[in-house]
Amino acid sequence: MYSPSQIRDNFDFASRTVAGRPLVYFDNAATSQRPRCVLDLQDELCRRHNANIHRAVHTLSYEATDYYEKGRVAAQIFLNAASPDEIVLTSGATAAINLVAQCMVRGGFIGRGDGILITEAEHHSNLVPWQMVCGQVGAHLEVVPVRAGKGTANDGAIDMDAYRAALRRGVKMVAITHVSNILGVVNPVREMVREAHALGIPVLIDGAQGIVHRSVDVQALDCDFYAFSGHKIYAPTGIGVLYGKRAWLEKLPPFMGGGDMVEKVTFEKTTYADIPLKFEAGTSNFVGGACLAPALEFAASLASDGQVRLHEKAIMEAMDKALASVDGLFLAAGEAADRIPLYSFTIEGVHPLDAATLMDKMGVALRSGHMCAEPIVDRIAGGSMLRASLMPYNTAEEVEIFGAALQKVVKMLR
Amino acid sequence: MKSINDIQREIIDEFAMYDEWLDKYEYLIDIGRNLPLIDESDKTDANLIEGCQSRVWLTCTRDENGCLHFAADSDAIITKGLISLLIRVFDGRSSEEILGTDLFFIDFIGLKENLSPTRAGGLAAMIKRIREYAAEFKED
Repeated sequence: MYSPSQIRDNFDFASRTVAGRPLVYFDNAATSQRPRCVLDLQDELCRRHNANIHRAVHTLSYEATDYYEKGRVAAQIFLNAASPDEIVLTSGATAAINLVAQCMVRGGFIGRGDGILITEAEHHSNLVPWQMVCGQVGAHLEVVPVRAGKGTANDGAIDMDAYRAALRRGVKMVAITHVSNILGVVNPVREMVREAHALGIPVLIDGAQGIVHRSVDVQALDCDFYAFSGHKIYAPTGIGVLYGKRAWLEKLPPFMGGGDMVEKVTFEKTTYADIPLKFEAGTSNFVGGACLAPALEFAASLASDGQVRLHEKAIMEAMDKALASVDGLFLAAGEAADRIPLYSFTIEGVHPLDAATLMDKMGVALRSGHMCAEPIVDRIAGGSMLRASLMPYNTAEEVEIFGAALQKVVKMLR
Repeated sequence: MKSINDIQREIIDEFAMYDEWLDKYEYLIDIGRNLPLIDESDKTDANLIEGCQSRVWLTCTRDENGCLHFAADSDAIITKGLISLLIRVFDGRSSEEILGTDLFFIDFIGLKENLSPTRAGGLAAMIKRIREYAAEFKED
């Protein structure tokens, strides 16, 4: 449907300049830009269909509810979930993971002495919520290492032997990233789910990065939970998706109480609504939820387009070349077998903050710092890296600008 | 001796010579390279100003005339440039002068974005620490 050159026509940011130069936006792993179809719906909903959902009998409320529920169905289709009941809409991946963590505690599924397994390369959003659980109930983290670093095996792969061993140390919950926001490596989540399930351990997958660049079928994956944020995949901020298997969502108690999540309320006792509304206390971000529909349809149409896939392959090859030509550059998981267009790197003699500042003055938006994954960035890079992350709307020409700018920056800073 | 405001105006004039953003930053990098470093032994936690992405160590001493002297270092060169501008403005001044100064040069040289409290380089935190030192020495 889209030829690569036409993808950009859907985005107003494509004609922006920064510091007098054409903007090269390579910070997509932090947030993606929104196509016009999403912005148009967002605008239309606010102007013409603004009413609280699920409550009133008037027309506007019906309309708003309908749009919101269409967003839920779009997420169901995108993930190939069995039913829209298995899609809980949250404010983002972070809220989704916190929701699972706290509900697991309330349901008594994680307790004193239990292990919670994560990998070394988790985003703080899939680390801190579990650390909080550990503090609450006296559980502990089992952290599985990844193969990454300077002067060592650097393919970013999870140490599967360590994973298997850790599973057998009293682990009651596995919470792993599909694709780390530092390494960009696609983890073997299907295999990891299978091994955890063989021991009866539930698995949550943090799909914040993975969902953007890989098609996900939660039924084939067989994971118990899959979480992602809307704003990284063309939707607005403040909306996220938690897929949960029906059986889990039914047996987990909610952890947030309020409007919309109840069936019957008296001062003595409250009964809860059915799933998924049981987990959606308070007025939902119905505009964001509704916008999942055009956003995910846009993503799906790009993902299914052979031309776009070829384009993505070409810009990744161009990135490899641009990075390889910088003297003293260390690419995290540089030997990765399967990566998304996300590149975290350091350059000898160049502070990432300096480089990112200068790149911005050349119109190139990069991320720098620990990028919300301090433990892994501390270990492999001493606490700070640069990151370039691309979307299908980025072009080979932009990669060229990036490469030339990076060369210039290195010259200025060394 | 030039006044603090003379020095601020001097810095504004120097940066005004560069039209291009990159040239301004190149100048800032040059300034950073000439920053008087502090002793390794002074790179302590007590002297550390923690930015989000770069670290700055800043020390302050007072001489017999009541003038304050600053030394600093950072792991990021642009951050070093920024702090050496601050030191150029404030070094050798009394606590009263430092606390009474309206710091306007940063706005005028187009580096205002660095002043935002959330900015990774932590220029706002450096200014705050300089003023804290000045207040501390004033009470002595």
